[in-house]
Amino acid sequence: MSSTTQNKVCIVIGASHAGVNFAFALRREGWEGEIILYDNDKEFPYHRPPLSKAYLTSEEGTEQSLLFPKENYKTDNIVLKLGIAVNTINKEEKTITLANGSVQQYDKLVIATGARPFLPPIQGLDLAKNVFPMRTAEDAINIRKTINKSLTKRAVIIGGGYIGLETAASLKKLGANVVVLEREERVLARVTAPVMSDFFTQLHQNNGVKILTSKNVISIENKDDHNVVVCDDGTKLNADLIVVGVGIKVNSELAQNAGIVIENGIKVDETAKTNDTDIYAIGDCTYHFNPHYKYHLRLESVQNAVDQAKTAAKAICEQEVVYDTIPWFWSDQFDVKLQIVGLSKGYNQIIIRQEEAKNSFSTWYFKDDELLAVDAVNFAKAYVLGTKFIKSKQKLDKSKISDLSIPFKPNSFLA
Amino acid sequence: MAKITFITSDGNTTIVEGSTGSVMELAVQNKIKGIDGDCGGVCSCATCHVHVNPEQWDKTGAPDELENDMLEFDDNVSEYSRLSCQMKVSEDLDGLILTVAK
Ligand SMILES: Cc1cc2nc3c(=O)[nH]c(=O)nc-3n(C[C@H](O)[C@H](O)[C@H](O)COP(=O)(O)OP(=O)(O)OC[C@H]3O[C@@H](n4cnc5c(N)ncnc54)[C@H](O)[C@@H]3O)c2cc1C
Ligand code: FES
Repeated sequence: MSSTTQNKVCIVIGASHAGVNFAFALRREGWEGEIILYDNDKEFPYHRPPLSKAYLTSEEGTEQSLLFPKENYKTDNIVLKLGIAVNTINKEEKTITLANGSVQQYDKLVIATGARPFLPPIQGLDLAKNVFPMRTAEDAINIRKTINKSLTKRAVIIGGGYIGLETAASLKKLGANVVVLEREERVLARVTAPVMSDFFTQLHQNNGVKILTSKNVISIENKDDHNVVVCDDGTKLNADLIVVGVGIKVNSELAQNAGIVIENGIKVDETAKTNDTDIYAIGDCTYHFNPHYKYHLRLESVQNAVDQAKTAAKAICEQEVVYDTIPWFWSDQFDVKLQIVGLSKGYNQIIIRQEEAKNSFSTWYFKDDELLAVDAVNFAKAYVLGTKFIKSKQKLDKSKISDLSIPFKPNSFLA
Repeated sequence: MAKITFITSDGNTTIVEGSTGSVMELAVQNKIKGIDGDCGGVCSCATCHVHVNPEQWDKTGAPDELENDMLEFDDNVSEYSRLSCQMKVSEDLDGLILTVAK
């Protein structure tokens, strides 16, 4: 590093996947000054993906899934201030103000405030009992407690996205009667192709989860010991537990109030820097450019949080760096592992390769001749090979992909 | 307790001790260069790839199907490749020598 960082202070707002990985990466890159992380969540920083998966069906606390062990914060001299919200940023003075009113100076500021669950304007939602989103460890614990306490265990999930479906699968494992209500005509409508929606609908139905689509929830009536969920077509469902999983809202107000440019999230450049030279933003809260796909986007994934964190750490330590990755994501439901690589937006052709084993296949998304993304279901090879093909932009012979007589090898599918 | 040796790509050798969790977690805890564990140990990132000392292959055993599928097309795969997030730390691994994959 050209200039010394010994007496400098780097403050990070948000101590989750993005913020915590950033802090450790910054140390690794050679930052010698202070690193202070603030988060209003009191829980020691943990992995979020397990919350809707293994965590919900286990008895464990988050000790089993900490992002980094507690000792590492000590050995790397990273100060973690939990249960403290940051209220304002003053970029002219280079200070932040905490909820308790105290003011803290920074040299570099990193905003990793992520997102919060979007709570739709459903009549009665705010008054209803046993309604939870699924974002934090506290949410997961509340959901687990409520279902374990209930005798009738009727769970209604509002929203058939990945988090809703994973929660449904986990609640089913806990012995609940689960109904998923989706407003669109199919589950996962925003994020995947109809074949994938059909597959997951079938998977859930085979496991006893009821999936009802084109169901717009308009109100929740609170009875003595349960709720009644009412849809606009007159459907009524009794619920001992309601989980709301209809998407997120970016935590960008803090940045916006400080005069940082917002565009569908906090706008950052290829080094994760905002329009202020000393303020960076990383993770779910950012709107950034993907050089491979050549468009701006916001991503809600661990990959994006971790890789943007590494990018920002390098940039702050004055190394040449450009955020240029092929996004990846996964989801676990029942005995199915879905692995996704790439961004399917804009595809105009789909090719499906069904393996001999049941529940094992891959969906290949093309835009003309370019492979955009692969969804691999219980077939990690397609995920790995898809990653290679997307990166290299090699031309593929599409007709070979679905042909099971062709061995699944890197060179088999080249045009 | 198990003592595990990591040889990193810069030629450094580090011996660490552990009794619980995965080998990936143990490596991250001890800041072993080249082991990131980005996906948190769910077999989706391959940033925890190691080569097992061939003579000790019996200690670790072969990868399961998912892990094998993740490794097969990796540029640096060897006959003795494992994803360290899929290996549990236990007495059985005492004395194990792992080379961190590039
Ligand atoms: C149930 C669930 C399952 C998921 N499963 C997967 C999966 O399988 N694969 C995958 O890739 N991704 C998954 N995700 C998404 C992944 O968890 C997110 O993309 C990731 O958490 C983003 O990290 P982040 O640090 O950017 O934001 P967040 O995790 O949202 O963290 C932001 C932090 O900032 C704090 N904060 C916000 N404002 C302030 C403030 N003013 N002051 C102080 N602190 C503040 C918040 O308390 C929070 O802890 C899942 C998410 C959930 C909720
Ligand atoms: S930590 Fe991601 S595959 Fe091992």
